[in-house]
Parts: sequence; C-alpha cells; structure tokens
Amino acid sequence: MNKKQKKVLTRIIIASILCIVYALLPLEGTIKFLLYLIPYFVIGYDILKKAGKGILNKQVFDENFLMSVATVGAILLGEYVEGVAVMLFYQIGELFQSVAVGKSRKNITELMDIRPDYANVEIDGKITQVDPDEVEIGTIIEVRPSEKIPIDGIIIEGKSSLNTMALTGESKPRSVYVDDEVYSGSINLDGVLKIKTTKEFGESTASKILDLVENASSRKSKSEDFISKFARYYTPIVCYCALALAFIPPVISILLSMNPNWSQWIFRALTFLVISCPCALVISIPLTFFAGIGACSHEGILVKGSNYLEALSQTKIVVFDKTGTLTKGVFEVSEIHGENSDELLEYAALAESYSSHPISKSLVLAYGKEIDKNRISSVEDMSGHGVHAQIDGHDVLVGNDKLMKKFNVDFEKVDSAYTICYVAIDLNYKGYILISDIIKPTSKEAVSKLKKQGIRKTVMLTGDGKEIANRVGNELGIDEIHAQLLPQDKMDQVERLMEEKTEKEKLVFVGDGMNDAPVLTRADIGIAMGAMGCDAAIEAADVVLMDDNPLKLTQAIKMSKKCIRIVYENIYFAIGIKVLCMILGAFGIANMWMAIFADVGVMIIAVLNAIRCLKQ
Amino acid sequence: MKKTYKIDVDCANCANKMEQAAKNTEGVKDAIVNFMTLKMTVEFEEGYTVDQVMPKVEKNCHIVEDDCEIFWKK
Repeated sequence: MNKKQKKVLTRIIIASILCIVYALLPLEGTIKFLLYLIPYFVIGYDILKKAGKGILNKQVFDENFLMSVATVGAILLGEYVEGVAVMLFYQIGELFQSVAVGKSRKNITELMDIRPDYANVEIDGKITQVDPDEVEIGTIIEVRPSEKIPIDGIIIEGKSSLNTMALTGESKPRSVYVDDEVYSGSINLDGVLKIKTTKEFGESTASKILDLVENASSRKSKSEDFISKFARYYTPIVCYCALALAFIPPVISILLSMNPNWSQWIFRALTFLVISCPCALVISIPLTFFAGIGACSHEGILVKGSNYLEALSQTKIVVFDKTGTLTKGVFEVSEIHGENSDELLEYAALAESYSSHPISKSLVLAYGKEIDKNRISSVEDMSGHGVHAQIDGHDVLVGNDKLMKKFNVDFEKVDSAYTICYVAIDLNYKGYILISDIIKPTSKEAVSKLKKQGIRKTVMLTGDGKEIANRVGNELGIDEIHAQLLPQDKMDQVERLMEEKTEKEKLVFVGDGMNDAPVLTRADIGIAMGAMGCDAAIEAADVVLMDDNPLKLTQAIKMSKKCIRIVYENIYFAIGIKVLCMILGAFGIANMWMAIFADVGVMIIAVLNAIRCLKQ
Repeated sequence: MKKTYKIDVDCANCANKMEQAAKNTEGVKDAIVNFMTLKMTVEFEEGYTVDQVMPKVEKNCHIVEDDCEIFWKK
C-alpha cells in the first residue's frame, strides 16, 4: 500500500470504530445527528470536496456527486447510520479497487519483467556493472550464471545453456556456443559467457518487447470504447432518473390527493444513485485486457493491442504461408532409390559440397561424414540443372531431369511431389534421391486444434509446385491449397478471402515475416512466427509469436477467447446486477445495504474475475 | 510529434475523462490515457510546442478530475 492508500485506511478504521461505539450508546435526536457528523466528515470530506469542485467546474455528474447527494440526503432524512455507512463502504470499495489494481499492475509488469538492470563491462581490467543504456555496439560484456543477458550480441567466449522462457515461453533450455547469436532477456543458466554486443540496449530484443507490450493496452478494443462511451452517457441519465424517482411519484400522489410520502421516495432515489456507480465496468474491462496481454507475453505471444486480442477471438479463417510456418523451411533427404544407396548419397554429397543451396546442404547433412575435398578434382555448377563434378576420377552428374537430358544419360523420369536429384556416374544412371521440406512436428495438431476452436476455413499459400503443396496440405488437413504463387498472388488470394467473409469474421494471416509484410498488414490480424531477433517481422505484424511452433497460434486464440469471455461476463454481470438492483431500489425492495453491495461488491467481483485472465 | 508522460490518477473512469479533456485541448491532435500503465500519450498538432500545449492539457484535466497529475515537466 502506498501513502495515499494508508491514509484512507486510517480514516476507514477511525470512522468504523466511531460507528461501532455509537451503535452501542443510547443516542437520540440532535446529539445523535452531531455525533454521527464526526465519522461522516472523517470518512467523506474529500468526496464532498471533490463533488463541490465538480459543481464549480460544471462537471456535476460524477461518482463523488452521486455519493455526496446520496449520503447527505440520507442524513437529512434521519438515516444517520446509512449515510455514514454508504460513505464508509464507498471508501472501502475505492481502497480495495486501488490496491487490487495496483497489485495486478505490479503482477502483470513482473510477468513481463525481462528488463535487464545492468551489464558487466570490463573497464581497466576490472569487471564493472554499468547501465546497459551506456554500452556501445561492439563492447564485450560478461554474463555470469543466473544473470540476464542485457543486450543482443554474439558469444565470443564460453558456452552455456539459456532460459529463453521470458522471450519465447519455451521452457526447455537452449544450448549456446561460441559464435551463436543471443538475445537480451534470456537468462544464463550455467557457464560464464563473453558476448560482443551487436545492438544498442534500446534496439535489443528485451527493450523492443517491453515497449511493444507496454504500449499494447493503449490500442483500445471495441469493448473498451463501448464502455467509456457508455459511462459518459450513463451517469447523467441515472441522475435524471433518480430525480424523476424522487419527484414524480410524490407529485402524482398529491395530484391524486394521496399522501405524497416525500421521504420514502427521496430515500429510494438515493438508493438508486448508490447502485448506479459505473466504476465496476470502467475498471474491469481494461484490466482484463491488460492481464490478457500480460499473460500472452509470458507465453511468448506478443499482442500489439487490446483490439487485436479482441479480434483474435473472432478468428474464422486462418491463412498460412507454407514455408517457415507449417514447414521448417529446411530440406531433408527423405528417400534414396538406387542399387547402392550409400554410394549414391556419398557421390551426391561430395558433388554438392561446394554449394550453399539448401538442397545441397541437405545432401551433405544426410551423408553425415566428413567431406574429403581432396577426392574432388573439379566442380562445375550448372545453374538450373545441377552439378557436374570429377570425383575419384569419375565423372559425376547430380541434378534434375534437364541435366540428365543434356548429357544424354539414359534415365527413367520419376513423378513425385518431392524435389528429385538424379545421379549419374560416368554417364551411367545410378538412381535418384528424394528431398523434401520438413513439416513441423506440431503443424498437424495445430491445424486440427484450430478446427476444434471453430475456425471455419484453413488456407495454405505457397510459391512451391502444386504436387509438393498438395502433399503438405493434405497431410495437415488444410481446406484450401494455392500453389505456385508469386508474392503479389498471395496478396490477391488474401484480398479475395477478405471479400468473401463477413465483417464479423476475422481473417488471420500467419507468415514468417520475412517477405510477407504487405500481406501481414492487409489481413485483419497479421501474425509473424519465429520472430525472435527479426525486427522487420516484429514491426509488421499485429501479433508476434516469438518461437516457430504453430501450436502457439492455437494457444493465442484460446487465450484471447478466455479474455473476451471474461470481458463479456463482467459487462453482463455488472450491468445485470445494477439494473436489477436499480429496479428493486425504485420499488423500495432494495435497501441501502443492497445498494452498497451492488456498487462495491460488484466492483470487487469484477476485478477478481478480470485477474483470472492471468492464470492459465 | 508524440510524447508519452507518466500520470497519476485513482480511478479508471477519471482516466477516461482525462483522455476526453486532453483530446479537446487546443493543439492536441490525439490523446490516449492508459490507466493500466498510468501513461498519457499526447500527439501534438503541427506548429504547437509542448510548453504551449501541456499547461492547457493539465488545466483541462484538473477541471474534469481534480485529483490527477501529469508529470510533463522535466
């Protein structure tokens, strides 16, 4: 509790004690009135002052005014205990709200707390802690076990494992060695690392993420806009209703020459006022979104605004870019066909060992043994065809059907959805190797989970050939597959899908953020995957998944749905209880105590419900 | 020009009112008050300086909610 809150608490205690003591004394008449004024002013002076100032500033209808009118009215009607009690409970409620909001604010910020406090830099032979803001690019910093890496950089000495939980939500430690790139916000677990920084602190991953998440709740959702508009009209309307309740029934009674019962109707109007405070609504909705965004970022899902979190829950169409999201974007040898498959692979790997093409790399990787470059006497890279090499004195051809035809090799053309590498030695056809892009292990589960989450349509877009696209798409259970697309075609497809759907159905585009920035922007929600360390992707996307696991997408949708459910629960619950109590109050069934519950109680329940968004 | 300031205010509704008041101030193009992070982001119109606009923003905010503070002075 801060100073302000402690002061309010003291006032609450004093006023409560006075009230209890008075309740035990046989008090009557004017003395009772005067004695009750003491706790009333102790607890309510600031509210009365604010209400007075509000009237002077022509800002009449606010909570302070409601409370002042209600309590002054109650006291004038001789209901001293109620008057003081309402003020007392209002203050308790406000205090609770302030403490609860402060606490959750702290919790959420702690959840996102990846901000490193210092960096260890060697100055004059001594390791000194400095402000990371002052560390220049290219400085060598030292990170000891259990310390946070303060600035992005490259390891130049030492090895260790890193906990990247705060960045990616991934709990498995990541092993790092010399020359590996490391990101700020990761925690060093074992060894001492010397890191050469490659970025300034402000441009480092941790600072970027924090910036992004902190600003996220400034992009307000539709529900938040609705509530603030609602609150703007609601309070004056309630005040006029209360006024009508206080005067119209008695006046009608007089006209009908019945007993006007003034005090009863005014008291009901006051009860009505107490019930009507909008604070439960106004506080709980942004709090829910804030908690939701905090919880997501803890899981490595960065949502750039409450509006996106809201939209995510209405996702009906998910469009995937294939490479890098559903597949790993790296190639792997999947089948070898030939009489001597070891020999086939060996020659292919040797021939391709000078190339940096992903397919060549996959061959070398599949071969697995050290490449003895002395065996290769010459290599000719034949662009668009393959490789022509001299190995162990043999003439080796590795490449596609065009290469085989070019050298008039007698071979059998194979139809396959995979990339095919034909191998010929001394112009004799030896067999072929099938190479494929690897599907991520969780892609299939992610697609089927999306279906269960009520996603109407899944679409896959790719620049790859039809056969490969169909194979991947069918294996994963994707509804619509579009292959052989140029970047512009991907945009056209997304535009078409956007036109086909209704306004309320949201379209999500998931890409790796490398070259699909325009599409990410065009979609209702653009999600970049595996974006750790990729600034362009973080910039362009609305939601950023720090690691490249497609299941994170389903998790993000799940969390957004939970958050929105809580928002609606709070809206319906708070408005429902208030309207119910207001009606009961108008008919004189609800008394002041019920009114206090409708105000403070509902607020407390709404805040507690909002905090639920933080828990998994 | 956009600037973000730390603010102090007790209730969420008051924060909303501050946002309205700031938006309606001369020289302010747009304003957002974030109650959760207790920050106010003000986008200034061209040709206005912080020193011209912020005292008015502060004054207008005090009218709608007496118990609030904007920390804009260095």
